[in-house]
Amino acid sequence: MTSTSTALVLVDSLAEPLRDADLELVTIARDLGVVAVVSFDAPAPATLDQLGAYGVARVVELAVDGEPHLTGVAAQALTHVTDGARVLLARATFAHKEVLARLALLSGAGLVIDAAQVREGDGGSVVGAKRVFAGTWDLVCEVRTPLALLTVRPNSVRPSEASDPTTPSVEKVDVPAEEASAAAGGVRLVSRTVHEIDAEAGPALAEAAYVVAGGRGTGGDFAPVRELADALGAAVGSTRDCVDEGWIEHDTQIGQTGVTISPRLYIGAGISGAPHHRGGMQASEVIVAVNSDPECPIFEICDFAVVGDLATVLPQAAAAIRERRG
Amino acid sequence: MGLRIVVLTKHVPNIHSNRTFVDGRVARGAADGSLNELDEHPLEEAVRLLERMSDEERAGSEIVALTMGPAEASDALRRAYQLGADVGVHVLDDALAGSDYLGTAAVLAAAVRRVAQDGPVDLVLAGMAALDGLGSVVPALVAAELGWPQLTNAGALAVADGAARVERDVDGVTEVLEADLPVVVSVNDHINRPRFPNFKLIMAARTKEITTWSLAELDVDTSKVGAAGARTQVLSAEPRPERPPVELHVDNGEGGVALADFLASRGLV
Repeated sequence: MTSTSTALVLVDSLAEPLRDADLELVTIARDLGVVAVVSFDAPAPATLDQLGAYGVARVVELAVDGEPHLTGVAAQALTHVTDGARVLLARATFAHKEVLARLALLSGAGLVIDAAQVREGDGGSVVGAKRVFAGTWDLVCEVRTPLALLTVRPNSVRPSEASDPTTPSVEKVDVPAEEASAAAGGVRLVSRTVHEIDAEAGPALAEAAYVVAGGRGTGGDFAPVRELADALGAAVGSTRDCVDEGWIEHDTQIGQTGVTISPRLYIGAGISGAPHHRGGMQASEVIVAVNSDPECPIFEICDFAVVGDLATVLPQAAAAIRERRG
Repeated sequence: MGLRIVVLTKHVPNIHSNRTFVDGRVARGAADGSLNELDEHPLEEAVRLLERMSDEERAGSEIVALTMGPAEASDALRRAYQLGADVGVHVLDDALAGSDYLGTAAVLAAAVRRVAQDGPVDLVLAGMAALDGLGSVVPALVAAELGWPQLTNAGALAVADGAARVERDVDGVTEVLEADLPVVVSVNDHINRPRFPNFKLIMAARTKEITTWSLAELDVDTSKVGAAGARTQVLSAEPRPERPPVELHVDNGEGGVALADFLASRGLV
């Protein structure tokens, strides 16, 4: 490890304590350099304490006089912190992929999208491993430039606190209005609405360690799916069919064009396993399916499958799990 | 006034086929390759934009399908013709093999500039991702290379009065974005339902000419392209080991308990 080089972690917000998915990035970054966390808002005191426990040395607030939600603006702002950095990690969201891509263009950096593992390669390079083709192939990519930009899939490591806690320094970098406006490149943000996260509905799907998903076989009744998800502390997912039928909101759609997930446990109920859905979940560690059709294709990629009616199997499983957990 | 629209298309292995890598690159044989399914949506959207115009307005309009890739990639353009493209352009050059996202975007942007020599281009439309690499960053990079606004991952698109407006629903956020033409727009698979090609277009697509450009015909920095210009290098590509056979349990009234037992055996409860 080049102990003097900087490992940057981009997070959406420092106003609230960081979530596991961000702490995973910090955990990875500690092996790659001195960790600096970058965001577009100021850190809350509780967040600073948490970052210290995770060994973060620096916190940088990019104070943009403009609209940091625009891809071009965010990418331009980040050029203020990449000098001398060895790596920048961000969660694998659609927005981050684009921001890092444009930052790659501005900074001459190499880019790896959606790494499942990040490590140091020979000669101090940064290497990212990816799962592609619906999790059926492993690809290892080495970044050949001095600065490496990677989006990283959730659940690629378990977050762990540092053995040496730190007291992070805090700095603010101003990005002036003219610069932000030029970087917007003519894009105007007319409106922006953040979907409310229902805390009772469990963790966010994209980064959840456990996911229970329902498909056409639910017939539109997601109650058994939610019940099992609740017992496991899992996020609820769905298929394209269910979203098109209006049974459940778009944010729950798992698949190549929806959310791509890689949890420790995926349970699919009433899901046949069409290629588009499989492309979004096949990288899951343990795969379980419940379906009344013994011939359904998802059974081919499962570790464990129950042939049966999800309306009875899921509530029974939920009750058994609650009993075990006491 | 008309609209000249360039639609970015990609030839990818069919997702129902057994997809593989050869020498660290996606194997794209002709046999099981196809137009990236998500590229049907920008083609459909381009056709709809022109259909909404009166005949006079539509004069001078054109849909140019553009692809970059090996010889088999022309299959993607044949499909684009079936779906309503007027012109197919294929950037074909051995030196392109192994290009990364940035090299790919530089070449596509150079090809768009070349198309614009024959008349201004108003819109570049693309799918939200290619179903092989799933990077989804090429449209944003093409916009940056061209110096045009990017309106990506659109679930709805309106073009009027020299501006484009999109609505998108991404990462748990709904946004409306707007920019003056020319713009780069990528669209998701909720934006429309591509129609089935009609017989006339299917027949015509077989014999339609494809324009082929080599790198020499484009104004592009060749140091960025191909494996030599790529900023990342694939060290290895290996198929994952097959999963052990499924443990199949037929529910006779205790399927849920069996499921819970299995999860406990894996330390997941």
